[in-house]
Amino acid sequence: MNGINNTIRQFCFGLIFLVLTVSFIQADSTDTSIDSTVAKEAKTDSVTVSAASPGIPEEPPDVSGTQSDSGSLFQTKRINALVLMTIFSVVILLYTKWAKAGKPLFVRKISGLDQVEEAVGRATEMGKPVLFIPGLQEIDEIETIAGISILGQVARITARYDTPLMVPVRYPMVLAAGQEVVEQAYIEEGKPDACDKDTVRYVAGEQFAFTATVNGLMMRERPATNIYMGAFFAESLLLAETGNAAGSIQIAGTAQPAQLPFFIAACDYTLMGEELYAASAYLSREPLLLGGLKGQDWMKLLFVVLILLGVLLAGLSMGDWYLSLFESV
Amino acid sequence: MIVAFFFNPERSFVGGLESEVLSWVTIVGGFTLLLGVVSLVRVNYSAVKRKSEDWIFKLATLISVFVMAIPAILPKNVSSLFGRDVGSIYDWLFNYVDAPMMSTMFAMLAFYIASAAFRAFRARNAEATLLLVTATLVMLWRVPMGEIALKSIHANLPYLINTYIMNGANLAVQRGIIIGAALGAAAMSLRIMLGIERTYMGK
Repeated sequence: MNGINNTIRQFCFGLIFLVLTVSFIQADSTDTSIDSTVAKEAKTDSVTVSAASPGIPEEPPDVSGTQSDSGSLFQTKRINALVLMTIFSVVILLYTKWAKAGKPLFVRKISGLDQVEEAVGRATEMGKPVLFIPGLQEIDEIETIAGISILGQVARITARYDTPLMVPVRYPMVLAAGQEVVEQAYIEEGKPDACDKDTVRYVAGEQFAFTATVNGLMMRERPATNIYMGAFFAESLLLAETGNAAGSIQIAGTAQPAQLPFFIAACDYTLMGEELYAASAYLSREPLLLGGLKGQDWMKLLFVVLILLGVLLAGLSMGDWYLSLFESV
Repeated sequence: MIVAFFFNPERSFVGGLESEVLSWVTIVGGFTLLLGVVSLVRVNYSAVKRKSEDWIFKLATLISVFVMAIPAILPKNVSSLFGRDVGSIYDWLFNYVDAPMMSTMFAMLAFYIASAAFRAFRARNAEATLLLVTATLVMLWRVPMGEIALKSIHANLPYLINTYIMNGANLAVQRGIIIGAALGAAAMSLRIMLGIERTYMGK
């Protein structure tokens, strides 16, 4: 409880500090507008010179508004984002606090996640490995982080049942994070010696070289269970159809809307969009994480209300000022 | 990074921090490539050494890695075959071996789509039948011959499919998923930044 209170306190202090800084900067911005113009000109010159270099496609200077809106230190057009972020943070922290205090929270059933343990159990009975792919993006992508979080939960189950686990990855940083998570899972299950260092392995940096290698792995090793959690692109169906041909039970989860139909067609269970991000909380059943999920649901409700209000106002030809509230750069 | 998002990069050191940090991520990422190479070599070398099943493919992988990497690393002033310029070994292997193989893999997607569609579009129940009918209409609309056939039934049929199926039902569902996913991503980011979620570190 103290940890949560401290987090909330630190967050509030941070926010107050930010607001005070912004206020100070806003007051000071008029004195520095001339310097701003000079700096802007200098920046434009440097862009033009670099763009004129041979072999580099010429690009116009950045005028998208991401640099500055009125010469002030603060991006005033992003205040709406700051307000929304503050509301979002407060709601999530409140629910996390209530969850920690023992308030019962209902989380709907997600079939795909309920099947993870059964799917690993099937692999154990068949004496075959489990294949886990944490997506094809770098570790700085939130979908990959979600995939790595789920990998930790899956690794605990495979450690419990002594089932071999194979985790091919596309990026070395994902390799390092994956190895750490798997090792930690085996330690927590009291089987540090059972952890094979090559469970998580780097395969290839190229998208289709990775796909070809993993497809080959599926056809040779015939894993009983394939779990795809993270960001997938054109290779999604190549992987899922090969897994299907190999006779594996397949559970997929991605937030890429274009790839969802492929996974739904070729996999037994599919987590859609937000379910991927809820998976780590759902599998671990940690009250703190479940609290965050409830906060997220309330924010979703808020967005639904805002969208309906927007539709109503647009229908009454009064939507322009309302839309301007959500414009950002 | 969040604070930097709200500041003007031209007027404050905080605002420029974002690009600075991203540069460092790129630099660190470059060094971690060595980790990947070590992992790749260790896994494949041990398989070749043990003469495990299909070890010949692993040997091919090892040879490919070094044949591609070593000439690219060697200084190009020694020979025009080294480095990564046009005419080098790396360039030749990339253009005439690597790129065609990638294209081949991607081209195979068409056959995978056909087999997946065959399974998905079986009219087993009312929902599956609806999916079959919708998919048939969209497929007809997307190919020129199909569009002509649809126009022969009714001149406005392709327009109606575009308006009501693709830009109506399909887009509405996609936006719902995107909004949900964006909120999920934002919530997870907040949980990570506030230290509530540490499962990605195995805790």
